[in-house]
Amino acid sequence: MIEAHAAAVSGGAAEHAHDEDHIHPPPATWFTKYVWTYDHKTIGKQYLFTAMFFGLIGGLLAMLIRWQLAYPGQPVPWLGSIAKAMFFFDDNGAILPEGYNQMVTMHGTIMIFFVVIPIIVGAMGNFLIPLHVGARDVAFPFLNALSYWLYLPASVIIFASFFVDKGAAAAGWTSYPPLSAVAEMAPGSGLGQTFWLLSVFLLGFSSIVGGLNFLTTIITMRAPGLTMWRLPLVTWAQFVTSIFQTLATPVLASAVCLMLVDKLTGSSLFLPAGLHLTGDKAVGNSGGGSALMWQHIFWFYSHPAVYILVLPGMGVASDLLATFARKPIFGYKVMVFSMSGIIGLGFIVWGHHMFVSGMNPMVGTSFMMATMLIALPSGVKVFNWLATLWGGNIRFTTPMLCALSFVAMFIIGGLSGLFMAATPVDIFIHDTYYVVAHFHYVVFGGTLFAMFGGIYFWFPKMFGRMCNETLAKLHWAVTFITFNAVFFPMHILGEGGHMRRIADPTNYDFLLPLQPMNVFISISAFVLGAGQFIFLGNFFYSMFFGPKADPNPWQSNTLEWTTPSPIPYYNYEKIPTVYRGPYEYSTTVAEGQADWLAQSTPGADPAEHH
Amino acid sequence: MENVAALPHPGVSLQHARAKFGMWLFLGSEVMFFAGFIGAYIVLRSANPGLFEREFAQLSRPLAAINTMFLIASSLTMALAVYSSQHGQREKVGNFLMATIMLACGFMVIKTIEYTTKFSHGIFPSTSVPFAIYYTLTGFHALHVFAGILALLVLWGRAQAPASATAMAGACELVGLYWHLVDLIWIFLFPLLYLLKFP
Ligand code: HEM
Ligand SMILES: [Cu+2]
Repeated sequence: MIEAHAAAVSGGAAEHAHDEDHIHPPPATWFTKYVWTYDHKTIGKQYLFTAMFFGLIGGLLAMLIRWQLAYPGQPVPWLGSIAKAMFFFDDNGAILPEGYNQMVTMHGTIMIFFVVIPIIVGAMGNFLIPLHVGARDVAFPFLNALSYWLYLPASVIIFASFFVDKGAAAAGWTSYPPLSAVAEMAPGSGLGQTFWLLSVFLLGFSSIVGGLNFLTTIITMRAPGLTMWRLPLVTWAQFVTSIFQTLATPVLASAVCLMLVDKLTGSSLFLPAGLHLTGDKAVGNSGGGSALMWQHIFWFYSHPAVYILVLPGMGVASDLLATFARKPIFGYKVMVFSMSGIIGLGFIVWGHHMFVSGMNPMVGTSFMMATMLIALPSGVKVFNWLATLWGGNIRFTTPMLCALSFVAMFIIGGLSGLFMAATPVDIFIHDTYYVVAHFHYVVFGGTLFAMFGGIYFWFPKMFGRMCNETLAKLHWAVTFITFNAVFFPMHILGEGGHMRRIADPTNYDFLLPLQPMNVFISISAFVLGAGQFIFLGNFFYSMFFGPKADPNPWQSNTLEWTTPSPIPYYNYEKIPTVYRGPYEYSTTVAEGQADWLAQSTPGADPAEHH
Repeated sequence: MENVAALPHPGVSLQHARAKFGMWLFLGSEVMFFAGFIGAYIVLRSANPGLFEREFAQLSRPLAAINTMFLIASSLTMALAVYSSQHGQREKVGNFLMATIMLACGFMVIKTIEYTTKFSHGIFPSTSVPFAIYYTLTGFHALHVFAGILALLVLWGRAQAPASATAMAGACELVGLYWHLVDLIWIFLFPLLYLLKFP
């Protein structure tokens, strides 16, 4: 059996020798090395740095939002003077309700579209996929560069929208019409919203191009011996995410195009007849449109998009947990099946965002059932992670702490998701801070923690140096504690009836008793925000001055750890041959030896001995 | 070896097999893009049945029928171009590509006539929801036709210069796939916009 395998492997290698083993000359100029580059690692870093810049902006917006909620109507200290140029402020330097709406909208848009998706897919996916499949680059390097160069103008446009006439979009990251579609309804619903739409369209294009590139890479470029069932779960997660990206993002693009038609031609695809703004002046030219239609099309994309947001995090967490528990991941294939289950179901649950939109209760019930089903594969994954830890030889490095936080926070976020999935419950908590708590638990507590873990973990591969472990642990601790201090109380606010997207909670008598909680949350949020500078400082200091990294500082066994740190531009001197799965820790080795086997170490595959 | 999608037939390069795979994925995303529009069409039409009937009665069926012929014919010439390119008949490739381009341009000319007559009657997207969705569907489809014409022109240019026959065949097949999809989308739009009547 081993002979047969080896023969197959060398056959594969011969076929490859032709196309893949050839090393292209390195990029010759500064421009082709750092700007218009085809190298997937550099493109990954371009995404990472751009997204970090937007993370700062999105974070500052969050600080402004929290200031307003804790101290409504009070002038914003020092940030105020910068922000005043961009938003609606009163003369004393306090945030006006219009300005508040713009901040909330831009915070959500920037964090989802310009920070999290670019980091998990653009940065992590680009950096890791070719390495994990044992290739020199992605299938279409040109398209890869193109996808970054579509993302960049999109981010320039969204940034520019702060400064256009009447300011940035103000209808929420979900841009529901008619608020978003009628210029007179909100200051940002004019040019600001048009910029928003253009920017999201470009970004969608970039996502689609990226997704099909990754799918082609994973399916057609795997090194000899690397079957699909030997791929690390990070790459499986990117594979599944890419299916979402390729097939769901175009639907967002069509929604955006329809709204652009409304905005640019004055049509009323999303505006019903008889829509009146003030007095008897009717809004929209003709009526006959459907505002709810936007919600359907938008959520048809954006529910799958929340899994675009979390699946790569799940993949990263799986790899980190296995590495630092020194155990094979528990239920590897089941992990893959559950991710596939999540995408299958992910396409048919969008209506759970619309329970209170007046939909037929029968339809609501179907969406409720489908949504609850998603908790099954999600739960399976959680139990597999716990079982991976069970009896492991756990090393509490920072990447591991981040991965553990991912699991814990994802459990809380998943559970609150279940509550909201139940229609009768959601009618009560929809559009309250409960929803805000839920999605921050899954996106920030889940995905971003996994990404912090991933960055600490692959930092040595990216930059050839190690991060400072003490600072990293400090950053983790501050983030973990203040994150929970910020977002856990929001569940309580939500149950108390605190609506989302209100500029001044003190306007409502029934919310006054909850105001001290808002103050507590805001103070925690300021610490959380400040804590991220530990990360940035550590990141940039270590990039230049950190201790030089070994090729494999974590004794991990996937392919990228067999290359030097940092990875040379051609990745692998010789395309590796793979002999086993990605999680051969502890179980396979004799006493006194290293407790792991690299995927490319020749020999029999222990998984095939049963 | 299961590492590479089995090569379709010998002589076709790995990179071409990949490009084809990527092209199919792209076509999948295009289908979803138009599915969003067509979904919107269905929602709006079922909400305003009488209105759609009345407004779409003003569309010109003969012009659309001619356009349908143009596109179907262009799919044929495109397929012949691909076939010739795979058999190394460069001259024929160029001619069939040119025929495809001419038919596509014919489509665009008629589309322009349709649009300008509508405009001259004061019918714009803002006139009514049926026309808004009509302009959206046909407009984005026309953009795809336009992109196709550009791609075909580049290909035609390559067919004039003595390039390697297999490289030509690869590119030709990719553009062909795209072109057939653009055609296919129109085959859906034609009945949806011009023919369908609900009882
Ligand atoms: C166990 C799995 C999950 C379930 C059952 C679930 C359920 C729900 C439901 C029912 C809502 C709508 C609540 C409302 O507006 O009243 C919702 C909102 C949301 N969920 Fe989840 N969810 C799950 C996982 C996730 C994950 C993994 C993410 C992202 C990583 C996520 C992100 C969001 C976001 C961003 C919103 C709010 C959108 C908005 O209105 O702005 N969810 N979720
Ligand atoms: Cu959802």
